Amino acid sequence: MAELVSPPTTDLVTKRESYAILLASRLRAQMTYRSSFWINTVNSFFTGVLEFVETYVLLTNTPTLGGLNFAQASLVFGLANLGWSIADLIFGQTDTIPRYIREGKLEAFLIRPMPLLAQMITADFQLRRVGRAFLGLLIAVIVLFWVHLDFNAATIYLLITTPLYGAAIYGALFVLAGGLQFWIVDGSEFTNSFVYGGSYAGHLPGSALLLPLRVLFTFVFPVTATAYVPCLIMLGMDGPSWLPAWLGWLPPVFAGWTWLLAAVVWRRGVRHYTGAGG
Amino acid sequence: MLTMSDAIIELDELRRTFIVRARTGGLRRVAREVHAVDGISARIDAGEAVGYIGANGAGKSTTIKMLTGILVPSGGRVRTCGYEPVPQRRTLAREIGVVFGQRSQLWWDLPLRESFDILAAIHRLPAARARPRIEQLIEGLELQAFLSTPVRQLSLGERMRGEVAAALVHRPRLLILDEPTIGLDMISKERLRQFLITERAEEGTTLLLTTHDMSDIERLCERVLVVDHGKLAYDGTLRGLSRRVALQRVLVVDLAEPQPGLEVPSAVNVGTELNGARQSFSFAPDQTTAAMVLAEVSAVAEVRDLTLTEPAIEDIVRTLYHQSIES
Repeated sequence: MAELVSPPTTDLVTKRESYAILLASRLRAQMTYRSSFWINTVNSFFTGVLEFVETYVLLTNTPTLGGLNFAQASLVFGLANLGWSIADLIFGQTDTIPRYIREGKLEAFLIRPMPLLAQMITADFQLRRVGRAFLGLLIAVIVLFWVHLDFNAATIYLLITTPLYGAAIYGALFVLAGGLQFWIVDGSEFTNSFVYGGSYAGHLPGSALLLPLRVLFTFVFPVTATAYVPCLIMLGMDGPSWLPAWLGWLPPVFAGWTWLLAAVVWRRGVRHYTGAGG
Repeated sequence: MLTMSDAIIELDELRRTFIVRARTGGLRRVAREVHAVDGISARIDAGEAVGYIGANGAGKSTTIKMLTGILVPSGGRVRTCGYEPVPQRRTLAREIGVVFGQRSQLWWDLPLRESFDILAAIHRLPAARARPRIEQLIEGLELQAFLSTPVRQLSLGERMRGEVAAALVHRPRLLILDEPTIGLDMISKERLRQFLITERAEEGTTLLLTTHDMSDIERLCERVLVVDHGKLAYDGTLRGLSRRVALQRVLVVDLAEPQPGLEVPSAVNVGTELNGARQSFSFAPDQTTAAMVLAEVSAVAEVRDLTLTEPAIEDIVRTLYHQSIES
């Protein structure tokens, strides 16, 4: 008779190590196919370029957008874009949930001892999205040479933290949209428009948005906090109505709120799936 | 240890109901309740090997989903390895290995070997424990030849052996195989069965197997559960099942010359086709062998070709169903 004792959990590797091994293995695997990796990376880089050109055309044809001149609006775009591309790098896989459900891959995820979201991030990590994130960084740096900023401590703090909190906020939106897809399996277009539409709003000066949208994209899905509002402080400007510049100090609060929302929806989504079955 | 902890699977009046909405012409939609699993009670102890059979849609997959924590039961109780599957899903995942024959848990774009290393990391196994185990599985399932081939390029038989290895990397106490041999050729099937027999002898793994192939059950399982319309129609040994239901096999022979219906001592002629050029003989495998029947037929006529058919699970279930109505 074999022993019935389950393997002792004490000699397992730590969670952090386990994630690191997973990520390393995924990176190694994706670097094995060098040419395909570079094609994908360049591809995702140029997708980002195209998006920037779109905004560029918009901006060059309007001398000011929501009270910001071209360089200032580019700063908003650059910071939002950097945050968004980091979020996409980490959480971008969540928009493939309907495919996972249809192919039965979700069930394979559920019979493993790692949280579903952690598996999606690590075990399906797509290195090619690095191209997009690199472009985000490039644009943000170029814009910095161009726009006139007073580089005091506050500005430097905001320049560093804004893309990070931005990434947190956009990441939460990815997870939120992913969670919704457990209910509407064929609704990836709806949830995509939600994530990508939200990100588009975040790349624009919040003052250019209609008031109801401005409120929606600040106090419910706070994408204006991913770039525009912190930029107001850096540029020494007052905000439009409902969007005072001091909100620019609060991205951590907005990030916390979005993650709370995302966690609730994601958990309920998974529970809905296990209740309804495949 | 006490007997309670020896139970690997405990089902107590387990139920699962789905609401199916069907369009009934026009705009009206009628909601209908489907009892996929309708009050199943059973207990499987550590070390047992159990076949779980039934027709398509009888409730097998639904039961497995509830056992593994993928699906919440609508009623009754389920315990797997002593855990409540849905709330304790991730703890339970360390104790069970699951192979869904129709789905893959391997990484399609990666070499097969890579999937095992990823799974070891997901299970947080230290390299010192994972490596020898993976080597052991590679050897046992003869995977060396295609370890560096991306999974999507593997044949079905190769992939299925890879799936079984993937489910066993963390040495689960319970291995659940859902149609593991579907679509496999005879050699792949036999290799897989042989491996499972050795693995169970060495590790004492409990085995729950759903299949459409009765010979899987004959080779691997001591006990059979037959499920029909969400209810258990039989729970007992395979021998007991064959006493209640004739697990007859049929040997179909093509003869060199058409013959009138042949009669042989150890089998019953159950049909002639093509004016007697093809004849079918039904026999009970526990009383005679296919070779014996063939020898007897060959003694009276020249045999050109032959096929051997297994008893169909659908027939077994139908017979059990009629017996339960009569009694």
